[in-house]
Amino acid sequence: MSTETLAAAPVAEGRPMDLLRFATAGSVDDGKSTLIGRLLYDTKSLFTDQLAAVEAVSAARGDEYTNLALLTDGLRAEREQGITIDVAYRYFATPRRKFIIADTPGHIQYTRNMVTGASTADLALILVDARKGLVEQSRRHAFLCSLLRVPHLVLCVNKMDLVDFSQEVFDRIADEFTAFAAKLDVPDLTVVPISALRGDNIVSRSENMQWYEGPALLHHLERVHIASDRNLVDVRFPVQYVIRPQSTTVTDYRGYAGQVASGVLKPGDEVMVLPSGFTSRIAAVETADGPVAEAFPPMSVTVRLENEIDISRGDMICRPNNAPAVAQDIEAMVCWMDETRPLQVGGKYSIKHTTRAARAIVRGLHYRLDINSLHRDESASELGLNEIGRVRLRTTIPLLADEYRRNRTTGGFIIIDEATNRTVGAGMIVETP
Amino acid sequence: MTSAAYQVTHLDALEAESIFVMREVVAEMERPVLLFSGGKDSIVMLRLAQKAFAPGHIPFPVMHVDTGHNFPEVLDYRDRRVAELSLQLVVASVPEALASGLVREAADGTRNRIQTPVLLEAVEKHRFNALFGGARRDEEKARAKERMFSFRDEFGQWDPKNQRPELWSLYNGRHHPGESIRVFPLSNWTELDVWHYIARERIELPSIYYAHEREVVERDGMLYAVNEFLPARAGEDRFKARVRYRTVGDASCTAAVRSDADTVEKVIEEVAATRITERGATRGDDRVSEAAMEDRKREGYF
Repeated sequence: MSTETLAAAPVAEGRPMDLLRFATAGSVDDGKSTLIGRLLYDTKSLFTDQLAAVEAVSAARGDEYTNLALLTDGLRAEREQGITIDVAYRYFATPRRKFIIADTPGHIQYTRNMVTGASTADLALILVDARKGLVEQSRRHAFLCSLLRVPHLVLCVNKMDLVDFSQEVFDRIADEFTAFAAKLDVPDLTVVPISALRGDNIVSRSENMQWYEGPALLHHLERVHIASDRNLVDVRFPVQYVIRPQSTTVTDYRGYAGQVASGVLKPGDEVMVLPSGFTSRIAAVETADGPVAEAFPPMSVTVRLENEIDISRGDMICRPNNAPAVAQDIEAMVCWMDETRPLQVGGKYSIKHTTRAARAIVRGLHYRLDINSLHRDESASELGLNEIGRVRLRTTIPLLADEYRRNRTTGGFIIIDEATNRTVGAGMIVETP
Repeated sequence: MTSAAYQVTHLDALEAESIFVMREVVAEMERPVLLFSGGKDSIVMLRLAQKAFAPGHIPFPVMHVDTGHNFPEVLDYRDRRVAELSLQLVVASVPEALASGLVREAADGTRNRIQTPVLLEAVEKHRFNALFGGARRDEEKARAKERMFSFRDEFGQWDPKNQRPELWSLYNGRHHPGESIRVFPLSNWTELDVWHYIARERIELPSIYYAHEREVVERDGMLYAVNEFLPARAGEDRFKARVRYRTVGDASCTAAVRSDADTVEKVIEEVAATRITERGATRGDDRVSEAAMEDRKREGYF
């Protein structure tokens, strides 16, 4: 590891630090753990006792080099088996940004973990080995990122040192991946040639690849523009909790607490409440620190309305001329996550969508998708663990929903098994009536 | 809050997420409780709870698992905060559990591990079904795998290989009677984030978090305060040092670090420059084995 470092202390003054969540996909063989270790180390986010512990275990196991995968493999079973089973979260910061890494395993049997990590990601980082080029797994990762609508994708062509930093090798992989991504819904793609082990193009531009004119990886992560990824157009405020203090000092207070899913809410705005359809105006948008002039994602606020209308958890505040669908028949892409029982037509489940709970019956399975070939199998009758398909659901009460492609918060839902209470599926709404 | 270009700072984003999580719990679960140790993380959680339900009161009690090995400054702080916020305090007492025979003193006299049955008994007695804990994923590698909403079976056990997938901000708190959910609103905060927030919100902390003179002994490379729970052993040199605590836990297994940081600004500088994790620097309980935390968490530790 190089001793080149960056100051990790966030700046208190000047440009405020913001937050970028990114998911990494790949296997140990691609050098993913080495890359994460390198990012943590070079931003001073890796501590000496963590490193010493990893070095000691590595040495005891007879590894030839310090196995940075041990840093992210937090569970005993993972260390014993040398595989990453579950999503691990890692944190580092530069003076510009705080980063949350959802480190997900790459193998097909862990698709649900990758889907989980990608669900909250602003950016996904896919690694390929320059010697091997694109493999089935790389295409699958790109597809899952597009399915989950991760706004930014970075392909890291790793181990460039092992192909003599060849521009030709890089261009071939970059071209092939770009052509594949064009068939998917990938709004922003960046391809970076790196060597995670040697630090090329990680923190600073590599001297070994003068032909590469793009930014170093960290530079890109620090500057990729994420503010516009949020939907600031469609006002969606799922009511989470009604604050009605039972106190002698605060009387007649009624506030609707929640986190802004999308849009901008301001005092004076005319709003509509679903499912009732009643309209009112925003009297105030408040936080514990006082009223605010406007609220936007991801702020958690309390909205007060001019009229007293009946509103409870699970209702949605929107605008009269811009409202989500109120729908009981839902078309969705579903990723199944349960190893014990498959999703079947006729199956009944609970679902959670925004702050709303409903029951649902599976009315139809249009097709199961082969996530490697993208082939649609219309003869499929069920979805097993890690399988993805297009499903039609009928819910007991209407969902207040948008298409997932338009709104990741009001377009996503989870499916819960009513007997075990486990989360067994993730759904992305593709069509609303 | 900077509304220029509709951007929020990382601290605002973390705060908004934690508040969202706390409101979800109160909206969906019948009997939540907040685990309050008087440590900085639980103090920050309490501030977030105040904000989440303002102008109302915090709508749940707080619980202190009292090992009997306390720093007096921390107990004072606890009682003061509880009174200021008119909170209901539940004390799960290890000394009482020792007296009743529920647990037995460990051979080395530390009480970290025997807290777990005491906690679980109190949870059962009060029928708490959601427990807010101040654990952060940056603290320790087993905690890096922890969910925001973490399911516990009827024995209070965590099964790390069988966790519920957690997607978007859709948290699944469903459980059967007797089971419970541990909720970690600070999951995505780092030690430095916590300190920046303490500075921004001007949150008072127990004085032992700031540099002070204390009589200590050096043991296993760490500095331990000499007190009634931790007498100096034969051959150990007692000496005065300027120290502060990075974490607050059981007084018999929590070590201090040398420090001159006597203000929140100086602590932030120190934390930003430090090269050792807070638990690695100060917690004897985590040094037992590679998987010490994972093992304790499986048993129901927080």
